[in-house]
Amino acid sequence: MRNTNNELQRYTAAYFSNEDDLKGSTAEARLRGFTIHDVFSPFPVHGMDEAMGLKPSRITWAAFAGGLAGLVTAVVLQIWTSAYDWALNIGGKPFNTPLLFVPVSFELTVLFSGLTSVIVLFYLSGLNPFSKRKSLPGVNDDKFVLVLDHSGASFRKEAADEIFSKYNAEKVVEGDLV
Amino acid sequence: MDVPIEKLELSIDERRIRNEVGRITQHPAVSPLREPLVTGNKSYSDVTNDINVIHEQGAGLGWWIALAISSSLLLIGLIAGYLTVTVGIGTWGLNRTVGWAFDITNFVFWIGIGHAGTFISAILYLFNQKWRTSINRSAEAMTLIAVMCAGIFPIIHMGRPWLFYWFLPYPNSRGSLWVNFRSPLLWDFFAISTYFTISLVFWYIGLLPDIATARDRARTKFRRKLYTILSLGWNGSNRTWSRYETVYGILAALATPLVLSVHSIVSFDFATSLIPGWHSTIFPPYFVAGAVFSGFAMVMTLMILVRKVMNLEDYITLDHFEKMCKVTLLTGSIVGLAYITELWTGFYSGNPNEIFMIINRVLGPYAWAYWIMFTFNALVPQLFWFKRFRRSIPLIFVLSIFINIGMWFERFVIIMISLHRDYLPSSWTYYLPTTVEAGLLIGSFGLFFTAFLIFLRLFPIIAASEVKGVLKYAKH
Repeated sequence: MRNTNNELQRYTAAYFSNEDDLKGSTAEARLRGFTIHDVFSPFPVHGMDEAMGLKPSRITWAAFAGGLAGLVTAVVLQIWTSAYDWALNIGGKPFNTPLLFVPVSFELTVLFSGLTSVIVLFYLSGLNPFSKRKSLPGVNDDKFVLVLDHSGASFRKEAADEIFSKYNAEKVVEGDLV
Repeated sequence: MDVPIEKLELSIDERRIRNEVGRITQHPAVSPLREPLVTGNKSYSDVTNDINVIHEQGAGLGWWIALAISSSLLLIGLIAGYLTVTVGIGTWGLNRTVGWAFDITNFVFWIGIGHAGTFISAILYLFNQKWRTSINRSAEAMTLIAVMCAGIFPIIHMGRPWLFYWFLPYPNSRGSLWVNFRSPLLWDFFAISTYFTISLVFWYIGLLPDIATARDRARTKFRRKLYTILSLGWNGSNRTWSRYETVYGILAALATPLVLSVHSIVSFDFATSLIPGWHSTIFPPYFVAGAVFSGFAMVMTLMILVRKVMNLEDYITLDHFEKMCKVTLLTGSIVGLAYITELWTGFYSGNPNEIFMIINRVLGPYAWAYWIMFTFNALVPQLFWFKRFRRSIPLIFVLSIFINIGMWFERFVIIMISLHRDYLPSSWTYYLPTTVEAGLLIGSFGLFFTAFLIFLRLFPIIAASEVKGVLKYAKH
């Protein structure tokens, strides 16, 4: 829940008891022109990204870039140390033996790629050990919450309430969140 | 029937919205043959409670007794480790003929145990095997602990374990004398440290949502503080979930070839040498299958205990064990086939040293170890062809322990039988472990169980968020 301009903003949060109602209400709210601030659930709901209109994450590209960096690091490191900086004669083998550099290259590719994708995930989602962020009540247990943004010109209370009751919202809370 | 005309004639926009919402919310057809993955008709909050109560409530007497036993075993290991480091490798039964013995056997054994965790968490994830959700968390924890146990052995075998960082290719004051990137032992170092790091990250990422649940429920100050730090401010946002699922998929896709590479590289330690019985191209697949085999046996041993003691019968069901038994049967049969293939290729090679090694393996002084290995690994799992045995918890428990013993002996057989009678008959010997070596093996089991017991008390041992996702598996 990142808010860059740090202003108090009005939100309406609707609590649902199951993922189907959450998905339906989110899709309906989005299609009817509401601005969806975020959706909270205890587990990843299948099809929720589409309901929210999220594009597929581009973290895969970060993983690819990380893997490429790992591969280049490993290849350069091994060839430079084994064949150029201080080439050692080991068992009469050639100094530059690319085939024997495959295992370490593979391992470093995997290592860099995995760590990069996790670091990017933490960065984009604002996950860090000093975070004071709290969950909405029950979200990590059994509550499914749709949070609508009031800031858009499109927010109409009656229309929102209609959607909430159509999908059996347990309660609707209005408030200011930072 | 007097329906107002305006209700019949929906605007095009309205119809589009309805179609779109209907498409997004519809459920795919589900086969009525599907069995529920979680029994007992649980609600989402039942799952939260059942799983979190385990680590929240005070430890029972059974846990303390188990901890007392396992930490005593760990203490034995610490004493043995102290003697090894202060006196030297001379406290072991190794000699010039048998240069690798108990330590490398234990190393390969523990690394193998770890493989089942990654198999369950990564490979079954990629194959969309939803039943993995009840067991993946503890299997991954088992992986991490097993890799730690494994890592100890090559490090103390170095003789000067405090210099183990010399394995890293860092610029040093020895001229920069670099590490030898052509050595499988160095590949091992990279493979295992990568494996440990990625497994740790994978496990932790999977834990994040559950730590947030534990944070929200925490009653003591210590737990609230611990989980607040570890949960990294997780709030269940779908934007985060979306990225999270992407990263989880990436890690699974990376861990899958990684886990295959780790035991392949461990097998290169042997396969790239010229020792009869080691110098063989079937080693990588044979080792990987054996690793998954032994790992699943250990998972079953642990899960049977955990399920019973923690009352998790609704989550870890008989179906789980039946599926694990099938994996065990498959991998056990691959291992059995490899044993026979080894005998055949030994004879067919026409190489007198290879032929001698085969005869020595089957009939020599260590034949007892070979036949323990063959019986426990190749023959015993064949019982799992029968459904009755796959669904009998007491039988699975006994067999899984047999398999663990058998797989330990597999590594003992590979290492010891090839080494103890080498090319020079005057140096032939019969290796027996010393008390210190036995103490280290016992200590590694102590470390394994102590760490696992602490894990049980600290974190949700079942991936609650994932279980919630499959709760309606057979219902829609």
